[in-house]
Amino acid sequence: MTAETYGEYGGRYVPETLIPALDELEQGWNEALADETFRAELERLGERYVGRPSPLYETERFAPPGRRIVLKREDLNHTGAHKINNALGQILLASRLGKQRIVAETGAGQHGVATATVCARFGLECVVYMGSEDMRRQHPNVERMRLLGAHVEPVEFGTKTLKEATSEAIRDWIANVESTYYLIGSCVGPAPYPSIVRELQAVIGREARGQMLDAYNRLPDAVVACVGGGSNAIGLFAGFVDDAEVRLVGVEAAGAASLGSGRAAVLHGARSSVLADEDGQVLDAHSISAGLDYPGVGPEHAALRDSGRAEYVTATDEDALGAFHRLAEKEGILPALEPAHALARALDLDAELILVGLSGRGDKDLAEVLGH
Amino acid sequence: MAGPETPELAAAAEAGGADLVEIGFPFSDPLADGPVIRRAAERALEAGMRTEACLENLRSIRERLSVPLVPMTYASLLEAYGWERFAQDARAAGAESLIVADLPVDVRPELERVQLVAPTSTNERIALAAQRTDGWLYLVTVAGTTGARTELSPALSPLVERTRALTDVPLYAGFGISTPEQAAAAAELADGVVVGSAALLAAEEGPAALERFVGQLRAALA
Repeated sequence: MTAETYGEYGGRYVPETLIPALDELEQGWNEALADETFRAELERLGERYVGRPSPLYETERFAPPGRRIVLKREDLNHTGAHKINNALGQILLASRLGKQRIVAETGAGQHGVATATVCARFGLECVVYMGSEDMRRQHPNVERMRLLGAHVEPVEFGTKTLKEATSEAIRDWIANVESTYYLIGSCVGPAPYPSIVRELQAVIGREARGQMLDAYNRLPDAVVACVGGGSNAIGLFAGFVDDAEVRLVGVEAAGAASLGSGRAAVLHGARSSVLADEDGQVLDAHSISAGLDYPGVGPEHAALRDSGRAEYVTATDEDALGAFHRLAEKEGILPALEPAHALARALDLDAELILVGLSGRGDKDLAEVLGH
Repeated sequence: MAGPETPELAAAAEAGGADLVEIGFPFSDPLADGPVIRRAAERALEAGMRTEACLENLRSIRERLSVPLVPMTYASLLEAYGWERFAQDARAAGAESLIVADLPVDVRPELERVQLVAPTSTNERIALAAQRTDGWLYLVTVAGTTGARTELSPALSPLVERTRALTDVPLYAGFGISTPEQAAAAAELADGVVVGSAALLAAEEGPAALERFVGQLRAALA
C-alpha cells in the first residue's frame, strides 16, 4: 500500500479498521480512472444531469475600473454548487464497489444536498451528518435533503458544525465499513480521498482554462477561489497550476484560516495545516459562512502554500457580505457566502484579468445575510 | 482519562485487580471513540489536561501503582509535542508503552507502540502489526468505535484464530466489552481483556465503585 502524500502532508491517520477500506477505495478508484466506460458515464452525466460545461461570465459592473473579473459559474450547476461534480463521481465509484449505503458530512448543506441528490438518482440509502448549528443556519438545505429522501442526522456536541459532523460521519463509516461508502465532500481526509476529490473537481479548472483561451486568447493573470476544505479551489487551480505565470490565490475566512494561521496537526485522517493549539488540540473556527467554518484544509493546499505556488489570503465576514451585496446589485447574481470571500479579495487584487470561482449560489444564505 | 482524580481512580482499579491501566490523554477529535470516552475527553480538555499536565498526571499515577501504565492517545498530540520526545517523556513518566488510536502499523513505524488489529485487517497487516508491536497486540473486537455493546462481538473469535496462526504475542481484546459476562467470554479466546467506556462510567461514581466494578471483572476472569 502506498498512501499518497503531498510533501509532508496527507497520509492515513485513521484507526486500523478503515485501512482495508481505504485500500479497496484506492484500488477501485484507479481501476475506474483507467476504465473508458466509467469516464464516459461521468462525462455524460456531467453534461446531461449537472449541466456542464458551466459558463464563464465576465462581470460588467462588479469589477472596479481597470480590472476585468471573470466568473466561473459553478453556481449554475444542478443543485447550485460545485459539490455535485464530486458527489456524482464518487457515487459512480460507490456503485462500482457495490456499496448500498452512503454516509456524508455537510457544513453549508451544499455537499449534503449534492449527495442526497445523487443517492436519489442511483437509488442508494443516504445518511448525512450535519452540526445542529449548521442545521439552523442553513435550514433550506436541510429541507431539501429530506425531500430528496436523505436522513439528516444532527450532531449536537462540540462546535455543532462541520468539524464534528465530519468526525461523526467517519465514526459511522468505521462501524458500517462493509456496507457503507463514505462520500467525503472536500479534498480532505485520509488518502486517497484528497486526490479523488481533486480529480473530480479538476473539471472546473480544465473547462475554465479552455474557456479563457477561447474568449480572451490568453490565460488570466490570477485565479481566485475560496478555501474551506478547499475542493473548489483545488479543482480550479488544477487547470492552471502548470502555468507558472498565473497567480493562484486562495481566500480563507479570517476566522477559519487553517493555512494563514494554522500549524501542522492531524485532523480527520490526514496531516495538514490545522487551526490547533500548541498541544495539537483542534481549535474552533468561526465564519459567517458554514462552508468555510472548518479548522482544517486539504493537504495539497498546505503543500502549495509551502512551495509558494499558491498564495492564501483572508476575507472577513464583513468583506464577504459587502461582496455578496455588490454582486447582487451590480450583476443580478446572488453568490453563496463562501465564494463571496473570493469575490471580496478579487476586488482589491493587483491584477488585470482575474478569474474567480463562483462555487455556489446564495439562496441558502438569505436568512444569514438578512440577519446581518 | 487523565485528570486530578485519576491517580486515586487508577489505584482503585489496581486494588480491584487490574493487571494494566490505560490512561487516556484527551484529544479534541477522537475518531476511534464513542460517546462515553469522547465526553470524558471533552471534560478533561475543559479542565486543562494538555500534554504536559497529562505527563505530570502519569508521573503521579506511577508513584501510586505497580502495574504497567499505558497512555492511549491520538497522533495530533505527538505531532505537536514531537513524536520521539513524546515517547521518551511518556516512558520517563512511567509509561510501559503507548497506544495511538489513529496510527496504523505502516504509519510512523519507528515509533514503538502497542499495535491494534481489527476484524477488517488482512493477514498481512496482522503479521506486520504482531512483528512491530510493543509487548502485546490490541485486538479491536468490533468494526466500530469504543463503547458498550449488548453482546460480545462475533468477530472476535475468527480474529483471534487468524492472529494466533500468525504470532505468539499475547492478545488483549478490547472495544465493546463492558460486562463481567462479556469479559469472561472474551477471555476464553484472548489472553487479556480491555474495558474502557464501562470503567469510565463506573469511575464517575467514584473510586469505590470503580474498584467494585474491576473486582467483578476480575472475578469473572478467574
